Amino acid sequence: MTQIHELGALELGKKIADREISAPEAVRHALGRMDLLDSTVNALITISGRSAYQQAKAIQKRLDAGEKLPPLAGVPLAVQDNISTKDILTTCASRMLHNYVPPFSATVIDRLVAAGGIVIGKTNLGEFAMDGTNETSHFGPVLNPWSTDHLAGGSGGGCAAAVAAGEVWYALGSDTGGSLRHSCSHCGLTGLKPTYGSVSRYGLVANASSLDQIGPVAESAADCAAVMALIAGPDPKDSTTQPMEFKPEPVNLNGLVIGLPEECFLPDLQPEIGKAVQAAAHQLAVLGARIEPVALSLGEEAVAAYCLIAAAEASANLARFDGIQYGYRPADPKHDDLSDYYCHTRQQGFGAAARRWIMLGTLILSAGYYDRYYLQASKARRLVKENLQKALAQCDLLLTPVAPSTAPRPGAGPDDLYNTCLANIFTVSANLSGFPALVLPCGLDHCNLPIGFQLIGSAFSDSLLLSVGTAYQEATAFHQLRPPHVGEKT
Amino acid sequence: MTWDTIVGLEVHVELATTSKIFCGCPTLFGRPPNTQCCPVCSGFPGALPVLNQQVIEYALRVCLATDCTINSLIRFDRKNYFYPDLPKGYQISQQHQPIGRGGKLVITTDNGDKAIGIHEIHIEEDAGKLIHDPQGKHTLVDYNRCGIPLLEIISRPDLNSAEEALDYLDKLRRLLLFIGVSDCRMEEGSLRADVNVSVRPTGSKVLGTRTELKNMSSMKAMALAIAYESRRQIKILTEGGRIRQETRRWDENEKRSFALRIKENVEDYRYFPDPDLMAIRINDHWIKNTRELLPELPDAKYQRYLTTLDLTAYEASILTSHPALADLFEATVAICGRAKDVAGWIMGEWLQECNQRACRPQDLKVTPEKLARLVRLLAEGDITRGTARQVFIQMIDNQADPDDYVHRHNLRMIRDIKTIDAAIDQAMAAHPRSVADYRAGKNKVRTFLVGQAMRVLQGKADPALLNRRLLEKLNTPD
Repeated sequence: MTQIHELGALELGKKIADREISAPEAVRHALGRMDLLDSTVNALITISGRSAYQQAKAIQKRLDAGEKLPPLAGVPLAVQDNISTKDILTTCASRMLHNYVPPFSATVIDRLVAAGGIVIGKTNLGEFAMDGTNETSHFGPVLNPWSTDHLAGGSGGGCAAAVAAGEVWYALGSDTGGSLRHSCSHCGLTGLKPTYGSVSRYGLVANASSLDQIGPVAESAADCAAVMALIAGPDPKDSTTQPMEFKPEPVNLNGLVIGLPEECFLPDLQPEIGKAVQAAAHQLAVLGARIEPVALSLGEEAVAAYCLIAAAEASANLARFDGIQYGYRPADPKHDDLSDYYCHTRQQGFGAAARRWIMLGTLILSAGYYDRYYLQASKARRLVKENLQKALAQCDLLLTPVAPSTAPRPGAGPDDLYNTCLANIFTVSANLSGFPALVLPCGLDHCNLPIGFQLIGSAFSDSLLLSVGTAYQEATAFHQLRPPHVGEKT
Repeated sequence: MTWDTIVGLEVHVELATTSKIFCGCPTLFGRPPNTQCCPVCSGFPGALPVLNQQVIEYALRVCLATDCTINSLIRFDRKNYFYPDLPKGYQISQQHQPIGRGGKLVITTDNGDKAIGIHEIHIEEDAGKLIHDPQGKHTLVDYNRCGIPLLEIISRPDLNSAEEALDYLDKLRRLLLFIGVSDCRMEEGSLRADVNVSVRPTGSKVLGTRTELKNMSSMKAMALAIAYESRRQIKILTEGGRIRQETRRWDENEKRSFALRIKENVEDYRYFPDPDLMAIRINDHWIKNTRELLPELPDAKYQRYLTTLDLTAYEASILTSHPALADLFEATVAICGRAKDVAGWIMGEWLQECNQRACRPQDLKVTPEKLARLVRLLAEGDITRGTARQVFIQMIDNQADPDDYVHRHNLRMIRDIKTIDAAIDQAMAAHPRSVADYRAGKNKVRTFLVGQAMRVLQGKADPALLNRRLLEKLNTPD
């Protein structure tokens, strides 16, 4: 018999709506899974069991009274700990915010809660969503439910690991250079980096404001579409949102042109990934799509531009953490002056990787460097977008790998910032251009670690991406693979 | 050697929008600390700014009223620096594409009109306020002022004296008041001026090293500070010294300025475009609409008062010093004409009452319609000035109707010779000594006797008639 945690989010939602499973039961089950697994996986920073249980009871009461609620009502979810949740700790996995409880919720949370969503936990991530592996979390790294010798990827490892481990049915993460997509790929999940401006960033603790987007992480594209239907759409509190509504529609793959940038299949790409991604393309061709090679440079210049812009914006976004109004304050009360106080607070409150980003960003924006680096990077960013637009003029979607390799081992990552960024070579273009990108699982490597592939579409083609993803998943079963025996006591 | 003083002003003016620039918080002044703020203006993680359109509208008005060239595409930039009154660690301002550049403001000098260049006008958000604990143990932060919209209006260094700077600031203040974008209260900080001062030998074309003066809380303080700073610099240079580029704080009590911490290196604010805010396109249509909605500017009003209403320069200047006065004046004149009489009443009794009651001109609850009737009663000789004052107080305090009040209290001017003669006789009979003194040559006593006779008639007698009759009686020995 299928266990509750093996259901997809929509499937559980339906059972709750049909009153086969009660919402409090779902919450209890999730809490049980967390109890069983999270000491191993470390996907969660905070578990909000009590408030989740209260919410579940309230929802059940409405269902019992015969009220019709939206499709995901009563389904518990986890939220990356850089998305503000009123009255629930929001730490950004940093010592700087280890005690910070927001007085307001992010727009996405308000929307989900209004639709009956139940926030049951806050997921672990790389500090301030800044690094590629989540090893910089103040609360320790997230291990991969598929193999605890490996990391869940990052920076959004916690939300992917929580869903992969069956602790929750879906999660919200953020994606600045590919972190949500990387961790989905490494954990065998489906995840969408929506078009910039289609999901409100209000309440997302900013890393790099012009690149950040909140997106869904779930078992399937259909589940992601159900989440997008609830969270997408303009928000008067975020002026970068666009007046576009998300309307998922079934799609006919016949005649759909999918471009395959040949440059993606570089020698440094793990061969198994190359094969699995090619196989996914083949599968889509079987379903009726036309696969065409396209010329698209996913060159290092995109990664360089990404590094510079992300660091510059982050350096300003993280300036507010000064130990005055909230967050970490240095224990030593002795400070020579104000600047001394700031130094102590920021030296002690931020981890080494965050400090490195901040210092790099500060340098880039300094007099004499701004033109050379920031402006130059902005120009490169425009070119990246133009290239992507040109490629997408020849086809409907682009198909690429997500990461050059499957989930990394702890401590194995490169130490320098640039090489860390290079792992994002397939993902940063979607952030720089603002275009949507969907990650779908498409196989396992020889260590039984998941492999994902990525579909990139034009601006606001989010629903097309998810429909293609759903068609793919109706014909394949990769998304239904489960990690074997994770943390289960023998 | 003679020296020229070169002054440039950076004026910060708070825009009188009802809500803040990037959130819905109110902009009220003097509220309890931290009661007018929200996650957005107090810089909570994840909060995002959303621009208040009214701010652009107000800024546009100022740019148009000062002949600035308006940028068709404006952006906001982040100005990065750390200070406890700046909760985000950066101020949202405009560096690369400000709303306006290259305008002017005409001031009046002893040598006639002089156009002062306006280098730039940009929009930014205000910071909070630090409150220092009197025991010196703590410093507290009040975020109420965070996010109040500001315009920074930067002049060219075209001013050459404290007087010119004062006139510039006064002209600017009038302009901002008349176009309705700010209440310009220096004492509440809604108008603040930082002053750059340098000196150079007369005839030199090279600008000297400048210092920046801060913390002047009134126009008077600013004039004193500029004069002080100019003298200080000339003294140093005359003695062979050098001026250090520094920021100086004006001390109102000591009437002198002090150097603040000297900046070793130039502050680098690391400006870059704020990714949370979209660029704003200001098209010709928007500019045209705003221009059409601009009211008559104070300079034009002043000229019109001189030429078509025949006021004196002094009268025109006072009446165009605040829109409340000009509005009252024009609305009253529109009803009763008699511009000179109306101007006289407003500049005399009206302002005097405001002064005594420590209120603003617009706070006296007297309508132009009632004021027009009062002026008419006085001008047509129906009541004396003394009676008019008495009626005016009743109009303010009890919303009295002037005609009705005069009628009910029988306050019309007495012109009947017999009644006036009788009052004079009574006064003379009561003060034979004074009468004798007058007749002995002490002319001054006459005023006393006029007062006494007036008193008999409760101040209602036609003063000219009473005077004439009294004189005749005094000059006619019994």
